[in-house]
Amino acid sequence: MENTTTSARERLVKSNKNKSNGELRGKMIVTLSAIIMITATVAITVFLATKGLQAFLVNGVSPIEFLTSTDWNPTDEGNPKFGAFPFIYGSLAVTLLSALIAAPIGIGAAIFMTEIAPAWGRKILQPVIELLVGIPSVVYGFIGLTVLVPFIRNQFDGIGYSLLAGTIVLSVMILPTITTIATDAMGTLPRNLREGSYALGATRWQTIRKVLVPAALPSLLTAIVLGMARAFGEALAVQMVIGNSRAIPSSILDTSATLTSIITLNMGYTTYGSVENNTLWSMGLILLIISFVFILIIRYLSSRRRI
Amino acid sequence: MKTPIATSEQKQSIPKKETDTILKVSNLSIFYGSNQAVKHATFDIDKNKVTALIGPSGCGKSTFLRSINRMNDLIPIARSEGEIMYEDVNILNKNINVVALRKEIGMVFQKPNPFPKSIYNNIAHALKFYGIQKKKVVDEIVEESLKKSALWDEVKDRLHESAFSLSGGQQQRLCIARTLAMKPNVLLLDEPSSALDPISNAKIEELILQLKDEFSIVIVTHNMQQASRISDKTAFFLNGDVVEYDRTETIFTNPSQQKTEDYISGRFG
Repeated sequence: MENTTTSARERLVKSNKNKSNGELRGKMIVTLSAIIMITATVAITVFLATKGLQAFLVNGVSPIEFLTSTDWNPTDEGNPKFGAFPFIYGSLAVTLLSALIAAPIGIGAAIFMTEIAPAWGRKILQPVIELLVGIPSVVYGFIGLTVLVPFIRNQFDGIGYSLLAGTIVLSVMILPTITTIATDAMGTLPRNLREGSYALGATRWQTIRKVLVPAALPSLLTAIVLGMARAFGEALAVQMVIGNSRAIPSSILDTSATLTSIITLNMGYTTYGSVENNTLWSMGLILLIISFVFILIIRYLSSRRRI
Repeated sequence: MKTPIATSEQKQSIPKKETDTILKVSNLSIFYGSNQAVKHATFDIDKNKVTALIGPSGCGKSTFLRSINRMNDLIPIARSEGEIMYEDVNILNKNINVVALRKEIGMVFQKPNPFPKSIYNNIAHALKFYGIQKKKVVDEIVEESLKKSALWDEVKDRLHESAFSLSGGQQQRLCIARTLAMKPNVLLLDEPSSALDPISNAKIEELILQLKDEFSIVIVTHNMQQASRISDKTAFFLNGDVVEYDRTETIFTNPSQQKTEDYISGRFG
């Protein structure tokens, strides 16, 4: 600034000389963060893909058998079987069922918080939700194991470990996800939508049911799908209560298994590079693919948000 | 909360006279917390006339308007004193069924707020609140309201397209149609054309003049030409006081208050 005799070219034209150090350093730090994140994601995906495909490409396990057969017996000496369908089925079943329970409750709670009792409803429910998020999944599993499983055993026939137990534990776990996103969705609806409805003589319930929920529907569906994605990927808590059997459950009181629970259970007992170990990786790959499908669904729903 | 559906029959039984009063406002005060937005307003609103409320921003005219169909109930800190007599009831009474009230006293807002539905459903939807579901009846009312709001010709071929595909002015006329479908007695318009272009504005004004045969209209406006063009009576609000209320002609040509004259001649506000 003090040297006023420099030419406009010197003062204004970009050169390396006047690029400040802080500027460059800042740019490098954030770029590096981005690169690390992208690299990690790509590396995991590539690794999972190569490992996951090995069972099919190297060990000669039939992908059709893997996806459709219900026979899982990888340790059989003479004739090992690699049918993972029961676990895929178990994962999807437990996910859908828990969404079925958690979605109405979560959305209901969100409506309560935004429409019915915005002042004190939020004051009470917000900490409740945060608490639910903060409880580690092993604790959920432990509670399920000590409270839920004996309860189901006493109320119904069977051993208590069941699809139902997994479903209930998971629905409590995904409740905060659904509630939080649904609350945001309802809260960001324009105020004049509400006013327009009330001014036409709609009751509060009519306004909620006929105007607000339909308007927020894409976001509410996103909330549900995100909850399902969380349920689908959860391993520990489910594994503790679901019973981990190899057969397709014939009722919700039957024991079952999920992709995640089978992976966590068997990972430690298989040798790296063995066929069985490789098939576990294949299950991981399926988890990744289905998660990706969930993301695509969310993307699609979000893009429809503008009507 | 049950909502009676008998309003249309009740309406017919009221005899129509030339200069009836539809709303009798007396000593109305409205507070937001400790802030008094309307101070002891007292005046009568004529039946089947257009009453304009003018005044600078924040003078209480919108607050006043919103109290007529109890939209202020949605604001937790708002409370009111005094009374607004509508036929034989005080609208501000606690025992008023606001849902039924809003069907008789409809409101259109400054920003067009169609529901995220089709043009047809925006109106059909309002009728569902009312308990009218029969397709034939709904079809008729949709057409009738769209014709009344001078939108029919523009949208009759695309009734099932999204309401958001309409222009701002069309959306606002759709909101008016939606309100008309409820067959209200009073139509409250809160700066209905301030967000619109001049042509849409002209259409809305034309519409208001047509509608006053059937409805009593109260309109808040910042546009004084608009007030002078379309209203029969004008109330001038300033800092929550009703400074002057008179025939529109008088207000704009020979106001009795200096403040009114200052405002309409553009010396402040």
